[in-house]
Amino acid sequence: MQVGGTPILKGLSLAVPQGEVHALMGPNGSGKSTLANTLMGHPDYEVTAGTVTFRGQDILALDTTARARLGLFLAFQYPAEIPGVRVASFLRLAVNARRADEISVMAFHKLLLDKMKMLKMDPKFAQRYLNEGFSGGEKKRNEILQLAVLEPKMAILDETDSGLDIDALRTVADGVNQLRGPSLGVLVITHYQRLLNYIVPDVVHVLLNGRVVRSGGKEVALELEAQGYESLSGAATLSQEA
Amino acid sequence: MAVKSTDFGLDTYKFGFHDDGKPVYKSPKGLSRQVVEEISSQKDEPDWIRQFRLDSLRLFEKKAVPAWGADLSTIDFGNIHYYVRPQDRQARSWDDVPKDIKATFDKLGIPESERKFLAGVGAQYDSEVVYHSLREDLAKQGVIFLDMDSGLREHPEIVREYFGTVIPNGDNKFAALNSAVWSGGSFVYVPAGVKVEIPLQAYFRINAENMGQFERTLIVVEPGAYVHYVEGCTAPIYATSSLHSAVVEIIVKEGARCRYTTIQNWSTDVYNLVTKRAVAYRDATMEWIDGNLGSKVTMKYPSVYLMEPGAHGEVLSIACAGKGQHQDAGAKMVHAAPHTSSLITSKSISRGGGRAGYRGYVQVLPDAVGCKSNVQCDALLMDEESRSDTYPYMDIEESDVAIQHEATVSKIGEQQLFYLMSRGLTQPQATALVVSGFIEPIVKELPMEYAVEMNRLIELQMEGSIG
Repeated sequence: MQVGGTPILKGLSLAVPQGEVHALMGPNGSGKSTLANTLMGHPDYEVTAGTVTFRGQDILALDTTARARLGLFLAFQYPAEIPGVRVASFLRLAVNARRADEISVMAFHKLLLDKMKMLKMDPKFAQRYLNEGFSGGEKKRNEILQLAVLEPKMAILDETDSGLDIDALRTVADGVNQLRGPSLGVLVITHYQRLLNYIVPDVVHVLLNGRVVRSGGKEVALELEAQGYESLSGAATLSQEA
Repeated sequence: MAVKSTDFGLDTYKFGFHDDGKPVYKSPKGLSRQVVEEISSQKDEPDWIRQFRLDSLRLFEKKAVPAWGADLSTIDFGNIHYYVRPQDRQARSWDDVPKDIKATFDKLGIPESERKFLAGVGAQYDSEVVYHSLREDLAKQGVIFLDMDSGLREHPEIVREYFGTVIPNGDNKFAALNSAVWSGGSFVYVPAGVKVEIPLQAYFRINAENMGQFERTLIVVEPGAYVHYVEGCTAPIYATSSLHSAVVEIIVKEGARCRYTTIQNWSTDVYNLVTKRAVAYRDATMEWIDGNLGSKVTMKYPSVYLMEPGAHGEVLSIACAGKGQHQDAGAKMVHAAPHTSSLITSKSISRGGGRAGYRGYVQVLPDAVGCKSNVQCDALLMDEESRSDTYPYMDIEESDVAIQHEATVSKIGEQQLFYLMSRGLTQPQATALVVSGFIEPIVKELPMEYAVEMNRLIELQMEGSIG
């Protein structure tokens, strides 16, 4: 997998079963966001070898739209601003995009209000322009709102904790925890262990230099917190030699 | 008060698509003293108008085609019919309107929702208004809403007082041309203190090949009155160029307010060269809302002359240019008195190699202290081949003023599209959504039916522009 000819991810194997929450941790430049964008099908990222299987399909053959309609969701680290487009009208289009028949305006309105209530969001939020002028916390909460409304099968949360103060972090984590369930798989991508205090993962993977060097239970995150990524560099070398 | 669509019989006629439109009189191609005389005599006009036409013809012949703006060198003035009259007499009621003309209206696809709002319909077919309906309560309020020819006939004293005073016939080559051969358009008069609650709407359409459209509109808003005039244009597509050259003059008196909304969707072979100007007096407000989607070339710069303190002028415009189109749109504000204010918001979209731009002129005359002007122009480029131009001229002859100008050019963002597609939207859907958001500040000012139509047009264009 490479960007503009520079290889970023080099042989990475990862499986997130339905109903589980996995965390992917790694330092800056380890390839975390690249992985997230690649999975969602960003046109700038080229996969040179490998397969990505989702719900029994190799999704590398699908474009971003088709992946989304299959049930893949990416909560962006930096969500794009779309001036002039209201959160509610955008979400209604997105809901309709994955349905055969259009949802009625009333039914959509109720759905949106229910989800906003669950996430403790002011209903006025739905009338704002998508991400325009949102604070960091508002942007992330808006991503979680979309996750709640669109009900995907697999959600990738890309650095959802970045730029959040502790209160915003807690609100966002609460939202994710409420959405956890047997039909949703979650991959939480993060640099810091902090978020994992609130969204407790079933499995933690550590990404270094484009490879997963360690997988284990939630204790792996605590080890990292205590010892830093440096301690795993050696392990990476060892496993390569083995 | 609700108006049933049956009041106009609009919903009782369904015709086939073909419309043979047999005009009773069609001037020979080209422009001459004889043609102008003939138009005037066909209309049985008073002498002063006949003379005005002939003077205008001389001015037209003297004036050069503008060398700035869009390329107008391919207009063949000798190859245009300047006047076509579809029937001898103006229809008095809907029943009198010929069938084929009704079919033309049908094809315009006036939506059901809109029919309810129709207060009066002035529809221009070929070069003349053939049908006109004025709601009774408007008439009771003293509001006059007629086609320009009838206005001249029935209210000669008002027309003569204002006609050609805002835009003199020598203003520019195309204003001179219109002044010489004008036909149809609307005459609106709103007496002091009367607020017209429902927008007055008119529909225009070019019908005959190589036939010009030279309508002339005059709106007089007396002190404290309010009116919203809406003009929507559609035209069928022909292989050769057509010319649309209108003149719109508006007088907004003390404390009055006028809004003039245009959605222009000419076929892409039409030269759309329109002169629109308003004068606003003490504490008056003039608003131009101008959407330019179609035509081959548009040159249009709605203007407001702010004549007395407290006058306010606004132009909100959208220009959308696709393949082979050049939209040279803009605005002009003249601050001729102290404490006047103006606001210009311009949005242009260029796609498929099209060219859209903003050309603006803000002038503050000496001693016009305390004036405020704010110009915001944003351009959105959909691809590498398309082009956007911004020409913001300022001529400020007074120092005690607050003038702001801001211009942005953005290319439709890959990140924006990726974001929207990651939620399941297709690329054309995502593109249309970004574009509709871009023009939202202006679309939200349109009457609802027009806003819906505008968004639908943008959607269709985006579907066509993406492989």
